[in-house]
Amino acid sequence: MSTVTTEGTVGLGLKRVSASKLPDPNIKRADTLAILVDISSCIGCKGCEAACTQWHDLKPPLFKEGQDFVGYQSYPDLMPSLFMMMKFKEGETEKGLTWFITKYQCMHCGDPGCLKACPSPGAIIQYENGIVDFDHSKCIGCKFCLSGCPFDIPRYDSNNKPWKCNFCVDRVSAGLEPACVKACPTNCLHFGTKEDMLSRAKKIVDQLKRRGFEKAIIYDPPGVGGTGYIYVLPHGDKPQMYGLPKEASVSPWISLWKGPLKIFGAVVLWGTLLGAFLQLILFGPIKAGNKKED
Amino acid sequence: MAARFGRGAMTNSWNDIKNADLIFVMGGNPAENHPCGFKWAIKARQEKGTKIISVDVRYHRTAAVSDIFVQIRPGSDIAFMGGLINYVIQNKKYDEEYIKYFTNATYIVKDTYNFDPTTGLFSGYDPEKRKYDTKLWDYERDEKGMVKKDMTMEHPRCVFQLLKQFYSRYTPEVVEKITGVPKEKFLEVAKLIAETGVPDKSMTHLYALGWTHHSWGTQVIGSMAILQLLLGNIGVPGGGVNALRGHANIQGMTDLAGEGRFLHGYLKPPTPEQQTLKDYIETNTPKPWDEGSMNYWSNYSKFIVSLLKSYFGDNATPENEFCYSYLPKQDKIISWDEAVDRMFRGKMEGVVSIGVNLLANTPNAKKTAVALSNLKWMVVMDPFETEMVAFWKHAENPESIKTEVFLLPSAVFAEKEGTKTNSARTLKWQYKAVEPPEDAKEELWFIGNLYMKLKELYQKEGGVFPDPILKARWPFQNPYHPTAEEVLALEINGVALDDIKDDKGNVVVKKGERLPSFIYLKDDGTTSCGMWLYCGVFPQSGNRAKSADLTDPSGLGIYPNYGYSWPANRRILYNRASAGPDGNPRSPKKKLVWWNAKEQKWVGYDVPDIKPDLPPEYGPFIMLPEGRGRLYSQFLVDGPFPEHYEPYESPVENFLHPKTDKNPVVKVYKSDLDLLGKPDKYPYAAATYRVTEHFHYWTKHIYGTSVLFQKMFVEIPEELAKELDIKEGQKVRIVTARGSAEAYALPTKRIKPLTVNGKKVYTVGIPIHWGFEGIVRGSLANLTTPFVWDPNSQTPEFKGFLCNIEKVKA
Repeated sequence: MSTVTTEGTVGLGLKRVSASKLPDPNIKRADTLAILVDISSCIGCKGCEAACTQWHDLKPPLFKEGQDFVGYQSYPDLMPSLFMMMKFKEGETEKGLTWFITKYQCMHCGDPGCLKACPSPGAIIQYENGIVDFDHSKCIGCKFCLSGCPFDIPRYDSNNKPWKCNFCVDRVSAGLEPACVKACPTNCLHFGTKEDMLSRAKKIVDQLKRRGFEKAIIYDPPGVGGTGYIYVLPHGDKPQMYGLPKEASVSPWISLWKGPLKIFGAVVLWGTLLGAFLQLILFGPIKAGNKKED
Repeated sequence: MAARFGRGAMTNSWNDIKNADLIFVMGGNPAENHPCGFKWAIKARQEKGTKIISVDVRYHRTAAVSDIFVQIRPGSDIAFMGGLINYVIQNKKYDEEYIKYFTNATYIVKDTYNFDPTTGLFSGYDPEKRKYDTKLWDYERDEKGMVKKDMTMEHPRCVFQLLKQFYSRYTPEVVEKITGVPKEKFLEVAKLIAETGVPDKSMTHLYALGWTHHSWGTQVIGSMAILQLLLGNIGVPGGGVNALRGHANIQGMTDLAGEGRFLHGYLKPPTPEQQTLKDYIETNTPKPWDEGSMNYWSNYSKFIVSLLKSYFGDNATPENEFCYSYLPKQDKIISWDEAVDRMFRGKMEGVVSIGVNLLANTPNAKKTAVALSNLKWMVVMDPFETEMVAFWKHAENPESIKTEVFLLPSAVFAEKEGTKTNSARTLKWQYKAVEPPEDAKEELWFIGNLYMKLKELYQKEGGVFPDPILKARWPFQNPYHPTAEEVLALEINGVALDDIKDDKGNVVVKKGERLPSFIYLKDDGTTSCGMWLYCGVFPQSGNRAKSADLTDPSGLGIYPNYGYSWPANRRILYNRASAGPDGNPRSPKKKLVWWNAKEQKWVGYDVPDIKPDLPPEYGPFIMLPEGRGRLYSQFLVDGPFPEHYEPYESPVENFLHPKTDKNPVVKVYKSDLDLLGKPDKYPYAAATYRVTEHFHYWTKHIYGTSVLFQKMFVEIPEELAKELDIKEGQKVRIVTARGSAEAYALPTKRIKPLTVNGKKVYTVGIPIHWGFEGIVRGSLANLTTPFVWDPNSQTPEFKGFLCNIEKVKA
């Protein structure tokens, strides 16, 4: 636990940290947590969005005159001051006109691409319960986390610090549900262990199939090791209409960079250092040119 | 609803929606405007597989989660409803036992009633006064005044036959021609609805302002009352006609004389003909019209005398008719439209406004602005500087406006305590969370101070008629600042002024104690009660609005000890109708209250909505002199049956009777600002509405809610946008005969063009929430809407008017 600055305030066990081996083995065990988003019960009221900005004390900006109008969405995209938002998209399905309304935020991947991509030790943390969080004191602002993210999530402030949903880790560690779940009026959002959420989701999918939504699915993409946010999609054949990639996975380049490339990188680095050392031993320090001294 | 059932309130409760076998949403958008209540609809589907049907002029967020969505043309709702009534009758899907015993289907109507389908007029119309002689629509009666009946329902002038004949014109083909709904789609919905006409099943109907905002709003709600009575869906779990109230305490406003139409507790304001209390009581106390009628309004005298005792205390004595002479005798009810029109004509000096933004809320904002500028003074209690307060700043020439405006900063809901009466008539106590900031005060402080100052001035200076002020009862510990609990206990709930005894002479309520129920009210001046329906909320044992017990013994969502529902803590109105004419439950699935023959009384899961020892022969609609629900109502000014009339601005002519295309009794205002447009200049049908993110013109004053929907927009069918070459986000102007409003265009697939009797009709949707004050700003939608009002309820016609769309050049 000594490696993270959130020590004491969070009290959660760490599972993984960026650019490091396993954290302190003296960790607490915890069930993997999940939020279930049952799209079939979502009325798009933005209660979750309002609760999110309120809990995190965010102040997303007012539109300037002349800025694009974005329809029912509050904003065109996430921002460092907007960790989650509702997306609205009209489309046609075999059920006729369908309004795809989706909650959009960090998915808290089981195998987080951001964490894998992060070169700074301890800047991205995955807790034992699955929550993926940032430690801004260790962030170097390289933006690799965004390139590693299959869901296009982190947004950077003017200091290049990334921001995103942190699953209300402060609330969760105090035994409360995340703010969005608390605010949801229609029971579309559920919070609990991943196992419970999956079994609840399965029931909802079965019911949807009985109601004629034959393509209903649970969205829990295996390519990223499953997600902390799982969705019931009534039109499971069209995840992209909900703004979700059909097959989410961590880019192979990230795996390469953290796998063989890392070894290669280490060899190059150590090789360079060794070369420099040998030069020092064998030839002495390099002189900084023939600078005349006053 | 009051004209059909006896009470104008949501029949069932929010929680009860979960018991429904079918949820029919028409005239409302509960997912957006009542999201917390809509959870019970979602629950019904999750737990019982209940289908949700949504009928609206556009596909909205309720439609997005509905199983079936049907788009209709704005202003064609009664035609759709007429089609459903006709379908149920023609296919014999009605609940025969229910309509025979619990409605006036068997009643015979006088031959002076008739309806001419070619002119579209009922009998007794006076075109000059634009009024019907409603006396012609009475029932046939015997010498005792009882209505004649035909239990076979075959008499040609019995209500059932008249109803059948009246709606036979509304075939699926006619419905398609008027509403634009394809016949097959209509029949799909009709079939599902008709299936609930059996005792085992119930359909709940949810509506809100989508139905009240018409020049025939009361009638379209009546059409649903008729349909639900035919199907036997009133008084049962999961049934009802559920008026969803949008503001947390708007039901409380209606209950406590917030409208000029009523005194507290729906008592009638005295008229100039009723100069004595005796006359007033006689006129307002109905006699029963049926042997099986409990006729609860026979207690009228007890309610009015207890109210007068509450108004004037010890000064109200039997000798002075309990100060009845202090009440104003109005020859005309000053409703919302009338008030604004009087200001406009310079006939009103000042206004005190609490909780309303007259400029933003009233149709035809240009007219309202002139009306406000004709006032000498205006006092507004509001937490924000609203458009009404700041109207003068935006006048062409602010210096010319002489109206003196006082803004009293009032506390918001979380800064004061008191009860709120929700849509389901439940009074619940709300605790104060924080103190109001700076100089802001709760309304009770303002009113306490205002009253004491008025009293002082009358005492010092006298006046034309000081008595009603000087002799009012004001029983508060700090008369300058009554507390909410004092008002609830001493004024509203009321107290016994003497020992109250039962028939045997036993004292049941001691002198000085708070009354436990309205059944103890007296007309001899020994009880005081400011609102008879709320009597019992604060008995001697404590404030029942504060009770928060979450047990629900029946599992039906009744929660008998959570808050207090008027009347008498009943959660489902007319629940006696869940039992058959013999008093036994009509279906084990819908069991609610029943007659216990052994103990000779009504028992059940809910408080029975009938006198407990009254045998089953008595009808369930106890507030009506018939004791039965009205399929036919002679008390509405515009006809006993709801008939399709076009809105005052319509893109098409009336398919049924072009001669009387609009509701013929609507008052037509004729000033130079009361303008109506024609389809040649204004070709598109329009309706205004709200979105989830905002509450009226209020939340745009708060940052956190402002950013959820920042810009005023207008929803335009994709096809129309293409025709007009309008792109998303482009600024457009909505133009009507009254004025125009600028908004960002949102072309959408969610509003389709409809084919109405061969003509292509486009619908344009205008959300209302913006104005020239607040954090996010935009045009007032009400610059575009017509000053046309429902003749029964005085509600404006916001749904269904004509507009054109112009691009705004950058």
